[in-house]
Amino acid sequence: MSKEPVAVVGIGQTKHVAARHDVSIAGLVREAAVRALEDAELTWADIDAVVIGKAPDFFEGVMMPELYLADALGAVGKPMLRVHTAGSVGGSTALVAMNLVAARVHRTVLTLAFEKQSESNAMWGLSLPVPFQQPLLAGAGGFFAPHVRAYMRRTGAPDTVGSLVAYKDRRNALKNPYAHLHESDITLEKVQASPMLWDPIRYSETCPSSDGACAMILTDREGAARSPRPPAWVHGGAMRSEPTLFAGKDFVSPQAGKDCAADVYRQAGISDPRREIDAVEMYVPFSWYEPMWLENLGFAAEGEGWKLTEAGVTELDGDLPVNPSGGVLSTNPIGASGMIRFAEAALQVRGQAGEHQIADARRAMGHAYGGGAQFFAMWLVGAEQPTG
Amino acid sequence: MARTSRHARDVAVVAFAQSDHRRDTDELSEVEMVMPVLHRVLARTGLKAGEIGFTCSGSSDYLAGRAFSFTMTLDGVGAWPPISESHVEMDGAWALYEAWVKIQTGEADTALVYAYGKSSPGSVRDVMTRQLDPYYLAPLWPDSVALAALQARALIDAGETDERALAAIGARSRTSAETNPHAQLRGPVPQGEYQVAPLRTGDCPPVSDGAAAVILAAGDVARGLCERPAWITGIDHRIEAHGLGLRDLTDSVSTRLAAEQAGVFEGTVDTAELHAPFSSQEVVLRKALRLGDEVDVNPSGGALAAHPVMAAGLIRIGEAAARIHRGESDRAVAHATSGPCLQQNLVAVLEGDRT
Repeated sequence: MSKEPVAVVGIGQTKHVAARHDVSIAGLVREAAVRALEDAELTWADIDAVVIGKAPDFFEGVMMPELYLADALGAVGKPMLRVHTAGSVGGSTALVAMNLVAARVHRTVLTLAFEKQSESNAMWGLSLPVPFQQPLLAGAGGFFAPHVRAYMRRTGAPDTVGSLVAYKDRRNALKNPYAHLHESDITLEKVQASPMLWDPIRYSETCPSSDGACAMILTDREGAARSPRPPAWVHGGAMRSEPTLFAGKDFVSPQAGKDCAADVYRQAGISDPRREIDAVEMYVPFSWYEPMWLENLGFAAEGEGWKLTEAGVTELDGDLPVNPSGGVLSTNPIGASGMIRFAEAALQVRGQAGEHQIADARRAMGHAYGGGAQFFAMWLVGAEQPTG
Repeated sequence: MARTSRHARDVAVVAFAQSDHRRDTDELSEVEMVMPVLHRVLARTGLKAGEIGFTCSGSSDYLAGRAFSFTMTLDGVGAWPPISESHVEMDGAWALYEAWVKIQTGEADTALVYAYGKSSPGSVRDVMTRQLDPYYLAPLWPDSVALAALQARALIDAGETDERALAAIGARSRTSAETNPHAQLRGPVPQGEYQVAPLRTGDCPPVSDGAAAVILAAGDVARGLCERPAWITGIDHRIEAHGLGLRDLTDSVSTRLAAEQAGVFEGTVDTAELHAPFSSQEVVLRKALRLGDEVDVNPSGGALAAHPVMAAGLIRIGEAAARIHRGESDRAVAHATSGPCLQQNLVAVLEGDRT
C-alpha cells in the first residue's frame, strides 16, 4: 500500500529569547501556531488534529501541559497527542504528525513544540538525583564532554575545530530574525577566550537557554494544492533509539544515528548525501557535535568530519551548509529545538528562509537527537513532490 | 463476519500482559517492574524484541519524580540493535494509538506498546494537581479526588445518580475483580468513609504501581500470531476544554464524539472496559457510550480495583482484547481517559472474527 505524500504548508516560530515574561505558556505556543496558520492561510477550523511535543515536564513544572494548552491551540473537540522523546522530541513530534497524514487518518495536522525554560531551571531539572542510577552530572554538558574528548582522541582533530563551529553558527544567527543570540560583535577570538565550562567545551560553544515555540502545518496532496506558498514535501522520516548506557555503545557515533539516517536516505532515494543534500539543520548543542554528526550522518568518512568543518564546507557559502539558521548553538528552547531543525530545513526548500536562505536549496535535512545520544529523529524535505 | 474496518489496514491486538498491581513496589525499579511484563507479552506471540516493527510507550516523569525517566525504562525492551521507537507522556492507550497509526502507514506490521506507573513514591493526589492550569488552578492544589467529587456532586444534583447507585458501582467492580488475579482490590470491599463528599473510599481508585504491554499486528501477521485476534475496527480520541467551568461535568462530549468516529454505535457491544477511576465517572461514560444494562461493564474490575496511573487506560484495551481472544466477547468497546474530570478520552472498538 502507498502512503499519502505529506507537505509542510505553514511554519511559525516565536522570536526566541532568554525569558518571555510578557506571555504565559499558552500565549507562547499560540503565537507560533497563529503564525503557522497565517503562513498557510488557514484557520483553526481547517486543523483536524494537534500533535504537541516538549522536553521534560519538570522544565516548566507542568505535568502533561497538553491538557492545559488544549484551549490555546484550538484543540477542543479534536484529537491531541503529546510526544516526549527527550531532546529529539521536536523531531519526533513532527514525525508523529507526519504519520497521521501519511496514514490518511487526518488530512491537515498542526504540530507544535515548545519550551519556556525561564519558568524553571533546565540544568537542575535534568539533575534530580536517582538512586542506583548514574546522574546526568550537572546538566547535559557534563555528560557529553567526555564523548567530545573521545572524538578528538580518535580522529586527531585539532582543538580549534569546536570554536570554528560556534563562530559560524553565531554569525549565521545574525541573519535569522527568530534566533535567540544575536551577537553582532562576535569574533573567533572571543569564542576562544570564553571560559572553559566542561573541558573541552567552552562557554561560547554551548547552547543558550531559551523560551520559544515552533509550529508547522502538515497536509496531504489536496491541501498542498491549495497552499498559497510553495510547500516542502517530506521525502523521508525516521526515528531510532538505543539504550543510554551499555558496554558496546559508541557514544562518539551511535549506531541508532547511523541507522536512522540510512532509513531516511533509503526512503528519499539518496545514495550520496554529501552531494545530493543542499542544506542540513543539525542538532548541535555543543559545537563539537557538528563534526561528530557529519560522520554519523554519512556526510563524511569516519574521522574526517572535522576536516569539512575546518575547510569551510559547512559555512553558509560552503557546498554543504550546516545550520544556516544559527542552529541550537544560537537558539535552544529544548523541546522545540528539534522541530526548529525540521522547520528550518522546510523553509530552505520552500525558498522562505530570508537572509539565511541557501540559493537553490532543493533538498534539506532536519536532524534531532536526545537522551544520552540515545534517541534520533530525522527527516528529509524537498521542493518537489516525491515520486513513486 | 460483518466486520468493517474504516482504515487502510486491519490491525489487531494479538497479545496482552500486565503486572500484579500493588500498593507499593519499593523493592523494584521501573525497569524491573516493566521487564517481566514485556517478556510475557512477547512470549505469547513468540516474537523477539528485535522482530518488532515499532515500539511505543506511555509514562509520566512526574510520577517518577525525575526528568527523562522513560530513557532508562527503554533498557527493559532490549533496544539493541537500535529500534524504531517513540514515547508519549500520556497513558499507554495513546501510545497504542501512535503505534496503530504507524502500522497504518505501512512502515510496520507489528508494534510493541507498553506503559507503566509507580504512584507509591509520592502522594498521587498531590502529584496530579500539577497537571492543572499552572497559573490559576495549580497554585490552589485542588486534588484529583476533590475534582472528581465536584463532578459526582453535579451528577447527583442533576438527578443522574445517587450515593447508593455509586456504591453499587464500586461493589460490582470489586466483586468482578475476584476473578482477576492482577487486580489490587479483590472481593467485596466496604464502601468506607467519605474521602471528599459525596465520594467514599469505595468510589475512588486505589493507589497502584503497575505495568502493562500489548502487541499489535496487521492482517495476516495478526492471524499467524493469535488464534482469535482482537481487531481494532475503530479508534479515536478527543480532548475538551481544560477549565471545569467550561464543561458540563455530567456529560462527556469528547467520549461521545470519539465513539462516533470509532464506530461504536454501528453495532452491538457486549463488553465495555471503561477507564473510570471514580464510580461517578462510570455513570458519565455509560451515558456517552449509550451502554445498556445488557453490556458487561468492567468485568476485570476496572480502575476501581487497580489504578496504575499511565497504564490503566492501556489495560482497558488489553482486557477487552483478552476477552475477545478467549471467545468471551465478539464486539467490545475500550476506553481511556486523561486529565481532570474526564477531559480527554480515547475510544476503541475491538472485534473478533465470527464463525
